[in-house]
Amino acid sequence: MRALREALASIRRTPLLGGLSIFSIGLALLIIGLFGLSAHNIEEAITDVEERVEVVGYLVDDAGDERVQVARREIETYPEVEEVRYVSKTEALFTATRELPEFSDVFSDLEVNPLPASVEIQLKEGYRDPDHVRAVAERLAGYEFIDDVRFGQAWVERVFSLRRIAGGAAAILGGAFTFVAVLLIGTSVRMAILARSEEIEIMQTVGATEGYIQRPFLLEGLFTGLAGGLLALGLTRLAYTLIDRSFLSLAWLPDLWIVGGVVAAGALGMLAAGYAVRRELAQGYAV
Amino acid sequence: MIQFKNVTKEYPRSGAAVEDLTFHLRKGEFAFLTGHSGAGKTTVLRLVHFQARPSKGEVRVSRYASSRIRRRQIPQLRRRVGFVFQDFRLLERLTAAENVEFALNVTGTSKKRIGPKVQRLLGQVGLAAKARSLPSELSGGERQRVVIARALATDPLVLLADEPTGNLDQRASDGVFELFRSINRHGMAVLMATHDADLIRRHPEVRVLELEHGRLVYDSGGDAKTDSGASSTEDDEGKKE
Repeated sequence: MRALREALASIRRTPLLGGLSIFSIGLALLIIGLFGLSAHNIEEAITDVEERVEVVGYLVDDAGDERVQVARREIETYPEVEEVRYVSKTEALFTATRELPEFSDVFSDLEVNPLPASVEIQLKEGYRDPDHVRAVAERLAGYEFIDDVRFGQAWVERVFSLRRIAGGAAAILGGAFTFVAVLLIGTSVRMAILARSEEIEIMQTVGATEGYIQRPFLLEGLFTGLAGGLLALGLTRLAYTLIDRSFLSLAWLPDLWIVGGVVAAGALGMLAAGYAVRRELAQGYAV
Repeated sequence: MIQFKNVTKEYPRSGAAVEDLTFHLRKGEFAFLTGHSGAGKTTVLRLVHFQARPSKGEVRVSRYASSRIRRRQIPQLRRRVGFVFQDFRLLERLTAAENVEFALNVTGTSKKRIGPKVQRLLGQVGLAAKARSLPSELSGGERQRVVIARALATDPLVLLADEPTGNLDQRASDGVFELFRSINRHGMAVLMATHDADLIRRHPEVRVLELEHGRLVYDSGGDAKTDSGASSTEDDEGKKE
């Protein structure tokens, strides 16, 4: 309670310094917020493309319904498989007629349906990489009633390498931005502590315990970090609204990222304060 | 009370600040710690206050020994050792009473005891009437009295003073010195670092520890007022009379 009172009193006593700290932390975290927004939207776009990854097995004409249904149930039990859809010859012709109206005359003149029946396999998230796709394709090709298997190998590999590049870039840039934010938070908290170094020195001189001296600073760091995090969230939302309304439709950040980000900002503020105040205190003790 | 046994304090860049220092300040004793600028006076006070740790030898203050003390015990030690700075170090935004109250607050004194104790301490240093004045409204001598009241807040066994009269005129300086004497008469030990030769000459009854280049070259109380702890300086006795 005493530490909380002290922390609030300290913020009230130096509103300009407190405001500057919150503002600089907010700006530092805004970089991460904008980066998160970009990363999330790129991730969404890649996932969207990945969802279209499917393995199609074309059936021989005399495949036989019963054999196909048994195989279909078996394929549905593969760990990689989300859904298996059977497309009959008639359905294939119907879809082709609908999607390719310019060839409708050709299709209507046919005496025999030349299109094969097929099974279309959708894969679960996390199994849409080239290795898993190829493994499913190879197992599918093993069925004797399967004539041909297509899964757009080049396309799958390109999407996968795009994800890897995006993931690597996100890790490096995210790490660099976080590092910069930590430095900025550390500097602004250290400024707040330096502004009160005389007070700390007197407390140490008269015999206040380290915990007593540290606690208000830790709470102040926590509040400053949380306020900076909320400010960054507000500014990120503003940037999102402006972009979304003017030229690019964007997805907003997931709730978990928002809560995690603000909590992490508070924790960073507290850690930075703890580090800075311990450094300041260490100068006053011989042991 | 305070015991130095063959204490050397070396700093990595400037070398030895004090060297092979041995003396004993007993309970209730008053002593001047003197020497030219850079002789090691402040280092001795820092060692007593455990702001610095000996490179060799041992410092003992009450039941705390430099070789065994843990970091978390230092605040307890400092409540038994009051410290008075030459440059006051008062919090300018707080009144005289609040500066004293600050020391009581941060050392965990109960709320109901703080008010009466602040009044008593300010009365003891002769500043009851200026309790609500800010440091900027006080003279140098008055500020130093607030610092002394703050140092007394934790009921220490010994008062360390680093050139407490260094920034004061003669009259204020005499007043502050008399305050130290009166505090000492009530049983508190006082170790006062000063290079004011005049002050020392005017008080021949006070023990003098003189440092030169970090070594104790003279101890007027070596035999009469201290135990064997100060005997290593006997050779220097009589050098200053």
